Amino acid sequence: MTPTVRVDHLTRRYRGQLALDDVSCELRPDTITGLLGRNGAGKSTLMKILTGQEFPTSGTVRVGGENPLENDAVLRRMMFVKESQVYPDIKVKRVIEAASWFYPNWDGELAGQLVDDFELPANRAVKKLSRGMHSAVGIVLGLSARAEITLFDEPYLGLDAVARQIFYDRLLADYAEHPRTVLLSTHLIDEVADLLEHVLVIDRGQIVLDAPADDLRGRAVTVSGSTTAVDEFTAARKVWHRIGIGSLASATVAGPLDDLARTRARDLGLDMEPVSLQELVIRSARIGTENGAGQESERISA
Amino acid sequence: MLDEGTPLFLQIAERLSSDIVDGTLPEGSRVPSTNEFAAFYRINPATAAKGINVLVDDGILEKRRGIGMFVVNGAREQLILERRKRFAEQYIDPMLAEAHRLAIDVDALVDMVRQPANPEHRQISYPQGEEAS
Repeated sequence: MTPTVRVDHLTRRYRGQLALDDVSCELRPDTITGLLGRNGAGKSTLMKILTGQEFPTSGTVRVGGENPLENDAVLRRMMFVKESQVYPDIKVKRVIEAASWFYPNWDGELAGQLVDDFELPANRAVKKLSRGMHSAVGIVLGLSARAEITLFDEPYLGLDAVARQIFYDRLLADYAEHPRTVLLSTHLIDEVADLLEHVLVIDRGQIVLDAPADDLRGRAVTVSGSTTAVDEFTAARKVWHRIGIGSLASATVAGPLDDLARTRARDLGLDMEPVSLQELVIRSARIGTENGAGQESERISA
Repeated sequence: MLDEGTPLFLQIAERLSSDIVDGTLPEGSRVPSTNEFAAFYRINPATAAKGINVLVDDGILEKRRGIGMFVVNGAREQLILERRKRFAEQYIDPMLAEAHRLAIDVDALVDMVRQPANPEHRQISYPQGEEAS
């Protein structure tokens, strides 16, 4: 059974700089979770601590109830593909061969297929690969290891749109056949939105959003129309964001809107547009920022 | 590919029922598996499963152990009845609201319904003796 990953009150400080600030969350077994947030928000730090590559300043990480730090039995069940992975100076096929020794569920056939999919030159030395090919090696290892807990930290630097689509398709197909826990950090939120079952948004070292992806659709709605109509509609609502131009205005309000509210908006002649996951992430990060350091960040909880 | 506001799993359920209503998925036929749906729409398999389960709960699809998911006999009829109930709210009300905004009165609206711009829609049946000409 895939172990649950549990993080409690995790804090990591680098020379006074707070990278993670009292983070608590759980990765449910066999789900694909998106870890979203700005550069420097703490995504990589969290992933490094989860896989025992970094020490927490305080707090705990438990994988199936055990601490992953220096724990071979636990670490073999985890695969971490990071953006800046450094490989020994050997050929691509040797890197793949070496990885196959570490992971009990390794699938050599899948690895061969993925090498073909990404058109990787198996006999070329890793250090002679382009940036995109280098990323592809990480993806081949990440998927073929079939580790129960697989973490991808911005796995596709330098990969073009076609190669990224190959990654998403292979990830989905292999995950469907062999469910596992996947944590995927990315900036390309719109691209991955439909792949995710759960979403974690981290901002300034704090989790500002932790919810099932399904709940996020319709979580916020943008209404636009005449300024008076928008003002009337938003009077008793929490407005996340508002812009105006001349006699037109557009406001993002917390959703979902019930039938009554929808009818009201229609009667006022307002256009309603749901807010994409990407925009929602931007908004939740802003809310965290506006509340400022030292204050309790507002959590948009599920 | 799908719209943003409605939960994905409901959109999957909606598409499946549309396929059943228009006969693309006949009664008694096998429905693609969760994983096939996930791969086709490029969505999380859990989401696809949730969408299929909506229709299982509604008695539209049934699980046959070991072979897959099938469209129940009478499913099309049931879906059509449900959709007819929602027709006014989903199509007529918004149309009336827009007509009101454009100052189109009910008579003009009825004329438009009888003389649709797209000739393909003229195949819809009209009461006897009042056939659109």
